[in-house]
Amino acid sequence: MTRRARPIALAGIAVAGIVLAGCAGGGGSSDDTEGPITLKWFQGSGVETNIATADALAEAFNASQSDIIVEVDASGPSDSAALDNLMKTRLATNEMPDMFWYNSGSLLQALSPDQTMLNIADTDFVSNLDPAWVAAVSTADGVFGVPVQTAGGGGFFYNIPMYEELGLEVPNTWDEFLANADAIKDAGYTAVEMTFGDAWTSQIVTLADFYNIWASDNDWAAKYTANEVNFADDPVAVQSFTKLQDIYDGGYLNEDFASALLNDGLEAVATGTAGHYPMLGFAQATIATNWPDNIDDVGFFGIPGENADEHGMTIWMPPALYAPANTEHPDAVKEFMAFVASPAGCDAVTGALGATGAYLVEGCSVPDEAPRIVADWGPYFDSGMIAPALEFLSPVKGPNLMQIDVEVGSGVRSGESGAELYDADAAKQAQQLGLEGW
Amino acid sequence: MATIAPSDATEAVVTSPGKRPPRRKYAQRMYPRWFLLPGAVIFFVLFIAPTFASFYYAFTRWTLFDVEFIGFDNFVTFFTDPQLSKGFTNTLIFGTLTSGLKVVLGLLIGVLLTSEIWARGYLRAVVFFPVLVSTVGVGITFQALMDPYDGLINRALAVVGIDGPGWLTNPDLALYSIIIVDVWRGVGLAALIYMAGLVAIPQEYYEAAKVDGAGAWHRFRNITLPLVRPATTTVIILSLIGGLREFQLIWVMTGGGPGFASDVLASVIYKQYAYGFYGLSTAGNVVLFVVVSAVILPLFWWLNRKQTDL
Repeated sequence: MTRRARPIALAGIAVAGIVLAGCAGGGGSSDDTEGPITLKWFQGSGVETNIATADALAEAFNASQSDIIVEVDASGPSDSAALDNLMKTRLATNEMPDMFWYNSGSLLQALSPDQTMLNIADTDFVSNLDPAWVAAVSTADGVFGVPVQTAGGGGFFYNIPMYEELGLEVPNTWDEFLANADAIKDAGYTAVEMTFGDAWTSQIVTLADFYNIWASDNDWAAKYTANEVNFADDPVAVQSFTKLQDIYDGGYLNEDFASALLNDGLEAVATGTAGHYPMLGFAQATIATNWPDNIDDVGFFGIPGENADEHGMTIWMPPALYAPANTEHPDAVKEFMAFVASPAGCDAVTGALGATGAYLVEGCSVPDEAPRIVADWGPYFDSGMIAPALEFLSPVKGPNLMQIDVEVGSGVRSGESGAELYDADAAKQAQQLGLEGW
Repeated sequence: MATIAPSDATEAVVTSPGKRPPRRKYAQRMYPRWFLLPGAVIFFVLFIAPTFASFYYAFTRWTLFDVEFIGFDNFVTFFTDPQLSKGFTNTLIFGTLTSGLKVVLGLLIGVLLTSEIWARGYLRAVVFFPVLVSTVGVGITFQALMDPYDGLINRALAVVGIDGPGWLTNPDLALYSIIIVDVWRGVGLAALIYMAGLVAIPQEYYEAAKVDGAGAWHRFRNITLPLVRPATTTVIILSLIGGLREFQLIWVMTGGGPGFASDVLASVIYKQYAYGFYGLSTAGNVVLFVVVSAVILPLFWWLNRKQTDL
């Protein structure tokens, strides 16, 4: 008995040892041999257009020179929370491949870029990037990412044939918007589509309203980061929540707002069962794919405020390409980043996705053939009536906004109460980041 | 480790413990104490060490990169969290309701399936079947069934003219809908435990009672109920622990929503972890551990004391 068991037990320990050793050996790629350097680009598998963008950039770059080969590894989790955890773990354990795709703005701060990422502040190509972009991928000590897609607006998608049928005009104040919504409701359509089945979509009205706060005080974001202002006590900022309440109170919503999903909302506004759908610009690509006949039936306007002359638009920065601090090929990575941050890089993205918004690289141009939603952003960009969303100006962003906005948007909680709850939520996150003044 | 199978001789020792104390010592010599080592190392490294580490990390604000000791701040934040009070009551509602329903329904099904009825074996399999299905699969299936517009449940209700509610989208209903699904999923195990307890009751008691003229209700009330108390204790403890810690089903079906309507402690903790509030969520886990212990230990003691009184 004992004589038989001992070798088996020892074998078991040996196997366990081999397995553990195997775990430790993963990650880093080495190439001592001559020949081109291979860079791995790590990417989540969830968003097809993102993978297409990465592939297009890698392909164009690989074709342009022969010293470096970029390989896209889109094997990450499709679920964004799971991807987030994997990214953080890989960065903390120095297991991240040479480059990776991640959000810009407040989410970047949680990755502690100063400790984990390659600082590209000393490169030439950073000066080609839009200053608002650089701010969204920087800490006090460094710049870390280059934009992989375009900036686009967030606000209301609206159905143009319905507006024409009812003789409505694009509203420039919130009251005009409510009047339009009443007219649509009276005509028997859904005035405002909401899709809380995908809870994140509930946040768009609140987040896209930031232009109006910014217009009232250009330094609001800095004060917010320093805990000098908040949503509940600021008469302008609180409207980001009360507007959502107005939409519920007005009875404008689709019957199935609590369970509908993003695609239901896009379909409704594209095919004309709903007049408005608050959404971010990236979703126009889904309309173009799923309802190509209706792509020019959907227009866009920013969330209106109180002043008709100041009707602007909140814009969302694209995600970025970053590199971990411990990459073995920092120069090769910077060379690829320089390509991404050049007109050739922009053209590669345009080739993959078409016209999706404004590029943040100097010298890049949007093709003339743009879908209606993208074209509607033009005047806002041209007149400078734009502000980046708060998450690109301040690291403070409460994580429970979507749940709070579902409550406000479903009439469970008032706008004021939602603003107070969100302030408390944001305070927790600011404390976690160790910011001054919280 | 499964390859180190005990010989027939030791199995015999294991199955008859207590009767012959000297032979147990022999068994101990058969297996040197260091045989425990591999298991103990794994248990210590993967279970004991993290458990005690979590008591320390609950008092810190930590990212994956650095740790800062902040005393009781995490606990203060955790308890002042507005969504926590909701999560706390929901946890208690979920735990007690699922546990209570599993006891009542489990006993009824157990009695039914131990009596002489048609297709008993088949029905036993059917009742136990949901226990074998993945919780996530159950959650996704019922999420589809409970869809307020396209779901089978409301479609079926519409046929008989009833306008079904938003099972998972109505904030007042969401938690209770999940409770129903959890009971559906877990009642098979409760019934199984009851069946084992019921068949162990000697038939002579019932026969004696019948001779004395006791009706079906009296036999159930005065023989069955007291004598399945050990099974009841097991069902209560298992389902209560499971209910207080329930996460998968809630997360799959509603994600704690709409809003915070179906958040329980476990989902609040998970969300805090996902947001990167590692210290805070560790503190939450310590609280959950204390709450589960505070409910279960006295209950366990009380239920077992009752049992010995019998």
